[in-house]
This record gives sequence, structure tokens and C-alpha cells, in this order.
Amino acid sequence: MDQQKYIDDLKEIKSIMSRSSRLISLSGLAGVFAGIFALAGAYLAYTTVYTDQNYLGYRVAVLNNETIISLLSIAIGTLILSIGAGVFFTTRRAKKTNEKLWDHQTKRLLVNLFIPLVTGGIMSLILLMKGYIGIVAPLTLIFYGLALVNASKYTLDEIRSLGLLEIALGLFATYFIGYGLIFWSIGFGILHIVYGLVMHRKYES
Amino acid sequence: MKEILKDLNKAFENKVRLGIMSALVVNDYLDFNTLKELLDVTDGNLASHLKSLEKSKYISFKKEFLDRKPNTKYAATDEGKDAFVKHIKAIEQLLK
Repeated sequence: MDQQKYIDDLKEIKSIMSRSSRLISLSGLAGVFAGIFALAGAYLAYTTVYTDQNYLGYRVAVLNNETIISLLSIAIGTLILSIGAGVFFTTRRAKKTNEKLWDHQTKRLLVNLFIPLVTGGIMSLILLMKGYIGIVAPLTLIFYGLALVNASKYTLDEIRSLGLLEIALGLFATYFIGYGLIFWSIGFGILHIVYGLVMHRKYES
Repeated sequence: MKEILKDLNKAFENKVRLGIMSALVVNDYLDFNTLKELLDVTDGNLASHLKSLEKSKYISFKKEFLDRKPNTKYAATDEGKDAFVKHIKAIEQLLK
């Protein structure tokens, strides 16, 4: 019979559903670059915090107003570079696949991403001002993970599991406080690179 | 076999109507232009298929003004969603 027609119908239905409700040109390369920037940022942060060490004794993290300001600038710099990479590679990919960006899907994706993200950002700043520095790295991981899970409905499925891993990592980091920078490098650096490569291979080759 | 064929919905046999329903069941609502771009059809073609789905009460619409331009938002009704799910299940049965 006309089985082929029905198979085509189902394919068409699937394609329309995902094209109309998800941003599918999210680029894996953006993740890879965000990861590299994060690792570079973590290295810079490391050298800022652990300066003038006496390597024979215990290492002392030096945190004063000056280092906190340089840490904040490193964080903001990393964030801007990562968002830039995200926009650049996703726009490039959307051009290739002829998908329109900045339509209502993208808007919904960003709104849902930014609600937990901005909440976490503001909360981290407040805690930072009150002097609770150690908790900030775990919290940024947790809120970033929550933001990804929340936004994953509107883009590729992998984003959800990436979000769950970031949350788990954030919780570990809360328990092992003091190792914030290491967890931070894993979450924002290594996980981004791994997921970016996997998604790049899966969707873009 | 006859049972299955009964569930196949005539309203969704057309590609454009099938496309409209696919898009509307996964979105709360979509406006005319978004549907047009998504399905890559002409104004007239889309309008006539929307009208026929409307007649079957599978979709509903709401007229609004956006920057003083009319903007029509379409949404799938519960009836339409049910019919669409039934239709897809029937197709899946046929392919088994």
C-alpha cells in the first residue's frame, strides 16, 4: 500500500514539531569555546588567588578586596567571551541550516534560561558582598544547571543532562567547600568541552 | 484493518493541514506568518486550510493588533489535539 506516504508523513510531523518549538541550530562549537574560555578564566583566577606562596607550607588563598575585584572582572570577561562564542557559532550554524534565529523559540529559550541564571547571579553578588565567598562557586554551578534544565525544553535534548550534571557538581562543591575552583573548572570548562564535542559530532557532521 | 482506517482522519490527509496541526500541538499558539514560514506555503493556500480546520473545530483563533497591524494567533483545540493523536496512532498501527 502507500506505506511510504505514511512514513513520510510521520517524518514531516516530527520535523515540523522540532523546528517549530526548539532552537536546533545551537552549536556544539560554542560549548567547546565556552569551555576553553572557562578553563583560561579559572587559571587566571588561580594565579590571582594563590600568589606569593610559600610552597613548603600550606597554601593560603589570598582574598581581599583587590583580588575579589580581579576575580569578578575575570568572571565577567569569561561570561562575555562565552556568550559571544555562543551567539557567533549558533548564528553561523543557523545560516547553514536556514533556520531563523531570534524568533519566538529563541526568545522563549532565553527567557527560560535567564530566570534561574539572573536569580543565581544576583544571589552570588549579594553573598559576595556579605563576605560568603566560598559558597559562590558551588552556587553558580547549581543555578547554571537549573537554568539549563529549565531551557532544555526549547532546544536540543542533551542540554537537560548537561544541566543535571552541573547541579550534581554544584552540590558536591557545596559539600567540599574550598575546592570551588576545581569544581568550577570541571563544570564550566571540561563538561562544556565534552558536551560541545559530542553535540558537534552528532548534529554537525 | 477497517477499524484502523476509521481512525485515519480525512482532515489530516492533506500535507499542509497535517503540518499546521503538528506545529500547533507542540506550541501554545502560533501566528499566521510563523505558520507560513514554517510550512513554506502561500498566503491563500494556508488561509484556506486554516479555514477548513477551523470549520472542523480543530483549531481556534484570536485576532489581535500588533503595532496597529492585524495579527491572528492560532491554537489547537482539545478536540483537535485528540483527533490528531488518534490519527498518528492509526498511522503507527498501519506501519506495524
